[in-house]
Parts: sequence; C-alpha cells; structure tokens
Amino acid sequence: MASVANPSFPDYSTQAPTQHMFSPYADNGGSVVAIAGDDFVIIGADTRLSAGFSIYTREQNKLFRLSDNTVLGCAGCWCDTLTLTRILKARMQMYEQEHNKTMSTTAAAQMLSTMLYYKRFFPYYISNILVGLDNEGKGCVYSYDPIGHCERASYRAGGSAGALLQPLLDNQIGLKNMQNVTNKTVTLDRALAVVKDVFISAAERDIYTGDKIMIIIITKNGIKEDSFDLRKD
Amino acid sequence: MSSIGTGYDLSASQFSPDGRVFQVEYAVKAVENSGTVIALKGKDGVVFAVEKLVTSKLYEPGANRRIFNIDSHVGMIDSHVGMAVSGLIADARQIVEIARREAANYRAQYNVCIPLKYLNDRVSMYMHAYTLYSAVRPYGCSVILSSYDNVDGPQMYMIDPSGVSYGYYGCAIGKAKQSAKTEIEKLKLTNMSTKDLVKEAARIVYLVHDELKDKNFELELSWVCADSKGRHEKVPELVYAEAEKSAKQAMEADSDSDTEDM
Amino acid sequence: MFSTYDTFSAPSFWQNGPSPGVIYNFPGSQTGNSHLFQHSQAPVTTATSIVAITFNKGVLIAGDMLGSYGSLARFRNCPRIMKVNDNVILGAGGDYADFQYVKDFIDQKVIDEQCLDDGFIMKPKSLYCWLTRIMYNRRSKFDPFWNNFVVGGLQDGEPFLGTIDKLGTSYEDKTICTGYGAYMATPLLRDAMDKNPNPTEQEARDLVNRCMEVLYYRDARSFPKYQLAVITADGVSIEGPLEVKQNWNLAHMIH
Repeated sequence: MASVANPSFPDYSTQAPTQHMFSPYADNGGSVVAIAGDDFVIIGADTRLSAGFSIYTREQNKLFRLSDNTVLGCAGCWCDTLTLTRILKARMQMYEQEHNKTMSTTAAAQMLSTMLYYKRFFPYYISNILVGLDNEGKGCVYSYDPIGHCERASYRAGGSAGALLQPLLDNQIGLKNMQNVTNKTVTLDRALAVVKDVFISAAERDIYTGDKIMIIIITKNGIKEDSFDLRKD
Repeated sequence: MSSIGTGYDLSASQFSPDGRVFQVEYAVKAVENSGTVIALKGKDGVVFAVEKLVTSKLYEPGANRRIFNIDSHVGMIDSHVGMAVSGLIADARQIVEIARREAANYRAQYNVCIPLKYLNDRVSMYMHAYTLYSAVRPYGCSVILSSYDNVDGPQMYMIDPSGVSYGYYGCAIGKAKQSAKTEIEKLKLTNMSTKDLVKEAARIVYLVHDELKDKNFELELSWVCADSKGRHEKVPELVYAEAEKSAKQAMEADSDSDTEDM
Repeated sequence: MFSTYDTFSAPSFWQNGPSPGVIYNFPGSQTGNSHLFQHSQAPVTTATSIVAITFNKGVLIAGDMLGSYGSLARFRNCPRIMKVNDNVILGAGGDYADFQYVKDFIDQKVIDEQCLDDGFIMKPKSLYCWLTRIMYNRRSKFDPFWNNFVVGGLQDGEPFLGTIDKLGTSYEDKTICTGYGAYMATPLLRDAMDKNPNPTEQEARDLVNRCMEVLYYRDARSFPKYQLAVITADGVSIEGPLEVKQNWNLAHMIH
C-alpha cells in the first residue's frame, strides 16, 4: 500500500536532496561589543543586516533601549530578534504599570534569561548582550547564549565577529597576558576608542560586520548616542 | 394582552394555549419603543432614514449610529450591503456583527459579495434560532438590509425579532411605523429616483417625529444606489442638507395649513 | 529520506506481518506516521523578483507577471502587486497561491475597516508590522507562507518602504529588491541612490525600468511583461502590463 502512495524508483534516484527543507532560522550576522566602567557602560553594534552574500540593508539599528538606563544589543536571527525585543518591550511596560517604577538593569537581565530559557526547545537564535547601570550606579554587561545562560562581565563581544573580538578585548580591556600593567579601571574615552578600533578590525575580517556602528553610552546623566562609519564592502 | 400573567410568557420555548410565543411579541414591543426607521426602494437605489432619538444633550453628536455597513467592495463588480436597525442598539450591533461575519464567510469561499437574498436568509435564520430555546431571549431589534448592483438592481429585506423576513418596496419600523407606512403608501416608489427618495424619507421622518414625547433627534440618511456606484454610504453632506431643509419646509407648510383650518 | 523498497521486483515472501527486531504496528491501529501532518512544504507556482524604490514624493514597486511552475513558464498573466488602500501598496514574490491567500485576507481586513466607517485607514507601517507577525507565526508552526512581501506607501506623508520574508525577517530601506533582484537590481539601485539620494518620480521610474530590463536578460524565471505600482499623495496607480524594452544588439558578440 505504501508503495502505491509513495512509489520509489531506485534506478532513478540520486543522493541529492529533492525537497526544499524548510529551516526556521537565518543567520543575519551582526556584531555587538560592550564595555563597562565604574560609572558608565558603552555598547556598540554594527548596522549591517545580511544573509549569505546579500546585504539586506546597511542601516539596521540593533540596539534596543529597554529603559532609560538599560540597553540590549542583538545579533543573529533577525526575525527572532524582532519578536524577542517586541515581547521584551511589552514586559518592560507591564512591569512599569504594575510596580509603578522602571525595571532595574539587573531585573531586566534576569527576565531576559528566563524568557530565553522558556524557549529552550525552540530557541531564539540570538546572541544577546544587555548593558546598563546597576543599583549602585556601576556599569554592567550581561551576556547570554541563545537558550538563556546568563553571565555578568565587565566587557563582552558577541555576534558574528564575537569570537574574533573577544580575545582583543581580553587583551586591551582585561589586560590579559600583559606584563607590568596595574591600572585595571577603564576610562570612557579609552572604552570608546577601543570599541571603534575593534569594529574597524572586525569589518576587515568578517563579511557580516560593516557599514556603520551605532554606539550607546549610558552614564548617570542618561543615554548618549553616537555613530561611526565602517567600510561598506 | 389578556394572557399576561398566565405563565406562558416566561420562556421563548413554550407556546401559549392560543398558539403564541409571548417572548417574541415582547421583543417586538422593544422595537416599537425605538426611533422610527424608514427604508424606501426606488428604481435605482435604496434609501435609509433613521430618526435617532437623542435622550440627553450631553451625548456627542454622531454617537450610537443606527446605520451600518455590512460588506463593501474592492473592485467595481461587487455590491455593497447596508443595514439599518431599530430596537435595542446593543442587540442590533450583535446582528450587525453576525451579518458581517456571514458576508466575510461567503466572500472567503466565493470571492464575491454575498447576494442579499442569501445574507437575508442567513441572518433571519440566526435571529429565528433565538426564538426557539428557553435559555436565550429573542433579539430586541428589527433590521433592514439593502444593496444595489447592476444585475439585481436595488434590493431590500426587513427581518423582525421572530426571524420572519420579507422583501419590501418600502417599509417602516419603530415607534411611528404605522403613520410612516401610511405616508409611504402614498408614494409611487418604483418610479422614483434615489434623490427624490432621500427627500421623501427625510420628510416622513420629520413628519412622524413626536415633538411632545421625544424632544431631540438626529436624522441619519444613507443610500445604496447607482449614483453612489453601488456603495452603501451616508448621503453626501449637500444632499443631506437639502433633504433636511425641504423636510423642515414641508413641516412648516403643514403647520401653516393646520392653523388656517382653525 | 528515500525508501529502499523496489516497486519493480517481486514482493518479499513475508509481507504485512511483524519483522524481527521491529515494533509491529497492528493494522488499523494508526500508530504509524501516516497521520503525521507534513509541515515543511515547498513552493509550487512561483513568482520571481520584486523591485522597489522610494522617491521624493512616494514609492514605486515593480514585478513581472510570470507564474513559474518549476522551470516551466506556465502562467503568463499573474498580477502580484496589489493596492491595499489609498495609503498602501503591496508586492509579492514566491509562492503564488500563498500570495493569493494572504491577499484575500488583507482584502477582508480592508473591508472590515471600511465597514467601521470611522474615517481611519490603515497605514503602511501597520500592515508591515502585521505581516511580519503573520509570517513569523507561520514559520514558528513550521508551515510558512513561502513569500517575500514588499510594502510601500505613505506614512504620515513620508514615503515608506519595507519588506518581509517567509521567516518573518523584516527591514526598511530606501531600495528593496527580492529574489534574484537582490543580487542584480539592488547594486544598480544603491549605486544610483548614492549619487542621487532623493530622485524624482521620473528618475525613479527610469531606474526601475532599467532594473526590470537587466533582470529579464539574466533571470531565467523572469518575463518581459510587468506591472508598476506608484503611490504618492495623489493616490495609487497600478500601471501595466508594461513591456520590457529589449536590446539584443550585443548578443552576436557573446559566444
């Protein structure tokens, strides 16, 4: 019976797949870098949205302001990013209306982890980096894997050039593998310069990173936005 | 209503010994407490006129409309369907919603606007179903459906709370339906153009309005006709103003002649 | 993926019974995978690229009228740019049946809106956002609409252009091309926009017509008959079928 419904002719079969297999995920590239200081935090993301060899747009902001002192940077599957950030925005608003105060960065960080793990078996394919000022006013950086692992750090690179940039940050910000250095705190100027430099390097080597970076700097005085051009090829 | 209090009027699922369903008759009463609605079908269109009673000066103008669009067309071949309602407005809105859903359902299957005959069948069956069970009450509203297209011309149906429906040339429901019908019967409807129908309809609404019992009302006018390209819509402001003006003039002429008689 | 069962050979001796080492499905118990819903579909009748560009006063969207059945140029009169309302136009590539389904859905949405008669009409961003959610929900059910949509219109007087793919990936840009157009027309349009960031309607038209010509030369699933939709404050017009002006003078030099 099965052979009538699904006849097969081995003589004519090939090893090549014959059916379009649908994949619900896409890799839309993009990189995010964040550095925290004692009283500030800085996050940058490139604005290239791509798929394979095709650049969808050169001007896609990937930094999402969740509140006046919390910002999320996303890279990876763009359709998941759109969905996740929209739900996040709604959750931030619900929190505000229920508790009559804005959600703290630490609370937002935990909530994001929970939301990602909720989709453990059909994950959001996003590399998230969440930054803000904690309750003591210190800069903080939280990084995630797609299924909700969460870790607080003082600097982090994520996205398509994440593996390329992290060692660079380890060296320049974490001062790893350096001798005769003692100064451990990073200034805002230094952090900003490093962010720009590492993105220039990433744009040289990673085809999914380029066009421009959007930079957000959070201090106790509020949010400042900046941008910086990268190579467009 | 000598049978009131005999216990046969408590449920829509029980007849009285003389073969009546009182709950349905009470629903008809609810319609008779409402403002008058008139519908006229002429040679190339249908006109609705509603006497919308305004019970408080604090209400915003244009609120609680009693004329609704049921279906509209995207291309030019399709027709529009309009609905005017009398009775409990909340009940009527539910009927409007049902009619819209039926129209959408028909369009989803056949990709054309639902013929008014079929829409009338479906809506009246729905209203009738609410006269059969003890757990529900009949709808306290009557509705009039209208449409116009090049093939079938103007069409109009009225459904009352019992679920009975007929096609009409002219009909009236609500408070002053009797005197309105008397006025309508004087008209030669089948020969009249839509423009004239609008004037007549407005005039009748003003005529039958009871100034003593209900002080304020808003006149609602809509049409679906060849002039509106088969679209059911509020009549244009100019046409509205003209119809209202001539209706008021007719009223004054009428009252002048009344005083002369005395 | 392939059943190794051979239709041409004689049937094996022991049929329709339990095999050693395999769990036996009793007849009629329906525990096999026959009742499983097959999700991942493939497109059937397809349409190719959409080319779209914003200009100083509005948006242009163009798409040819071919419905391909695999490599067969089967349907030659498939309009796939629709007017949603006076504010919005929509172009679609990919599976034509899916497009028609979504189109009917949108048409009904517009009718519902007209019925409300509150004077409000949908703006392009609303449709764009709504379509993104529709596409994402279907991909999450592993049953996607196999389309690329391009939404154009005027958002509070400003030109708007956005696109959504079958995953629910969506973005806005001043030039958007889907399908092979993304590879062949996008570079032309981006280059032109770099030189002249705010073209007039005529300049935009010339650009789009040029793109349709180039695509016809190189995209094997394209067709010389196409539609061009223009939306400005004056309203929507869908022009066509237009003809690609062809020039094969160079052809004899190519071996």
